[in-house]
Amino acid sequence: MLDFRGRWKAALLPLAAVVALSACGSKTGENETVGGAVADTSGDTVKVGLLNSLSGTMAISEVTVRDSIKLAVEEINASGGVLGKKIEPISEDGASDWPTFAEKAEKLIREDKVAAVFGCWTSASRKAVKPVFEENKALLFYPVQYEGLEQSPYIFYTGATTNQQIVPGLEYLKSQGKTSVYLVGSDYVFPRTANKIIKAYAQANGMTVLGEDYAPLGSTEFGTIVNKVKASKASAVFNTLNGDSNVAFFKEYKSAGLTAASMPVVSVSIAEEEVKSIGTQYLDGQLTAWNYYQTTPGAANDKFVKAYKAKYGQDKPTSDPMEAAYVSVYLWKAMVEKAGGFEVEKVKAAADGVTFEAPEGLVTIDGATQHIYKTARIGKVGSDGLITEVWNSGQPVKPDPYLKGYPWATGLS
Amino acid sequence: MTVIVSQLFTGVSIGAVLLLIALGLSLTFGQMGVINMAHGEFIMAGAYTVYVLQKVITNAGWSLLVALPLAFAVAGAMGMLLEFLLIRRLYARPLDTLLVTWGVSLILQQLARDIFGAPNVQTRAPDRLTGNIQITDDLVLSNNRLFILTLALLAVAALTVVLRFSSLGRRIRAVVQNRDLAAVSGIPTGRVDRLTFFIGSGLAGVAGVALTLLGPIGPTMGTNVIIDAFLVVVAGGIGHLKGSVIVAFSLGTLHSLIEYSTTVSVAKVGVFVAIVAFLQWRPQGMFTLRTRSLA
Repeated sequence: MLDFRGRWKAALLPLAAVVALSACGSKTGENETVGGAVADTSGDTVKVGLLNSLSGTMAISEVTVRDSIKLAVEEINASGGVLGKKIEPISEDGASDWPTFAEKAEKLIREDKVAAVFGCWTSASRKAVKPVFEENKALLFYPVQYEGLEQSPYIFYTGATTNQQIVPGLEYLKSQGKTSVYLVGSDYVFPRTANKIIKAYAQANGMTVLGEDYAPLGSTEFGTIVNKVKASKASAVFNTLNGDSNVAFFKEYKSAGLTAASMPVVSVSIAEEEVKSIGTQYLDGQLTAWNYYQTTPGAANDKFVKAYKAKYGQDKPTSDPMEAAYVSVYLWKAMVEKAGGFEVEKVKAAADGVTFEAPEGLVTIDGATQHIYKTARIGKVGSDGLITEVWNSGQPVKPDPYLKGYPWATGLS
Repeated sequence: MTVIVSQLFTGVSIGAVLLLIALGLSLTFGQMGVINMAHGEFIMAGAYTVYVLQKVITNAGWSLLVALPLAFAVAGAMGMLLEFLLIRRLYARPLDTLLVTWGVSLILQQLARDIFGAPNVQTRAPDRLTGNIQITDDLVLSNNRLFILTLALLAVAALTVVLRFSSLGRRIRAVVQNRDLAAVSGIPTGRVDRLTFFIGSGLAGVAGVALTLLGPIGPTMGTNVIIDAFLVVVAGGIGHLKGSVIVAFSLGTLHSLIEYSTTVSVAKVGVFVAIVAFLQWRPQGMFTLRTRSLA
């Protein structure tokens, strides 16, 4: 055992180490400016951040988004970059853990000094990083469909908001005579908010909601929920499950004897990639509501699908969030070029009216809401594993994240 | 009325899944007091065996039948390897085996990601197992759950027969009851341990095959089920199979009955509360070994 002096030294040494380390790791010193992160655009490259879950339950979906962003970055660099600077992507792993997303966002903005960040998928991850981007006045491009009721001044939403995906899905069900629905969703902000909107729509449009069930994210036991769905004798199911749960839900659905013909399921989180991991054995004929499918016709889409398959493999499908992520990089490039610089406030001011000939069709940024005009498309899963459109909205739909243009939606936001 | 019956059936089938998952663990945990956190990954190995096999055997029915013994062998071999390389050096150090097997489980998950990719993979179930038997208008028994129930009961029966009537079973029971006395009596405890780990992990592989009929097959599927497996084993009592059987079916039924009138989250909480309360009253589990040893 150490003597008295020895024990004091032994105690002080780790204490000193802790003090030294904490001084190294401090996030805000007295001299730095808080809020107003400045991107480092001094060299001949400009850094952008990619923030996606590369592990955990959301990896199945988010890895492909990161890959699409990388494809767009490569294509832009090959044609000269943005304002003459090549884009340098810095990819971080959110690990399907929302606090990690916030941590990595802070790191990308403050340490890497990126000009913009592309990523997130679940609304939980977006809500976790929103204060980081607003505090630091940095830009996030969010490529996934979500529940709306949000309009952050520092986020550009290239995925669908509810009036571009969920509402058209309901309108399609109504037009097919399926007026009683059962709602099944994962238990977090997107399905809960989406279901509120669905209930308001149903009440105003003569549809009935026969039940509403939530399973924790990642849950794989759906015996009881499917029993309830079957017992309700609804004419359709509106599915807002996300991640692994979808696999278990559809396997259970089929075992219960429910089919797309007898009780179709409209899903908003099942795209081509998820079809591959669930299997057409369980999904044949089921419906999806998106704004883009791999099968969407058009020259821009042919080029995108070909380029993606050439880079990542002929067996890899393309899906809506992947396309929205790809588009977001090009839109940022167009905004920067219109603004003549990378500074966030200038880029934001230049956003309104910026267009891009996207694989989903021509998209335009709506500066007021920082969302984009998107055509709504309902698709059906085929036995080849691809989704084919069965209905679309004709014109691109103006984004309305607070559903201000819909009288039945007053009181929701 | 039929709603209660169909919920009971759901509960029994949840119990059957729990039983398959926990059966192997009750053997390894009960046998050696080894907390094997990699048990979930042996289940995952069994599920991936089906996936790999289906690339060779395209008929879904045959691939499932061949996968059952193959998954048993593959997962069993992995278990035996784990025991031989790591666990036998860590007896009487339960905290260390917990940490080491936790590390092994992370390594196995990453290995699965590297070999098969991070996204889930799909397997085809034989068409006969995707249908159901309609008893009444409202009571429908799905074939895949009936298959899993049968599989679970067969596994319990086979294990009981082995443990009660075979010489290996007798040696296993001797080592479980009193390791020192068994060693002194001439039983090669090291070899018995390895074989027990083989059987326990092999059963995990069979559970993995069953899970391909129900849910996702991916690198993290083991982490979904490992907690439930430990709950069943701890509440059932170490050293007795019948404890695990009774607890598995009780928890499954409790879960589905609570879930019907509330939500999945409330049911999970309810099941945890029930287990905690039960363990407060009876901390050694439902059935325990009564031995004469002083330990």
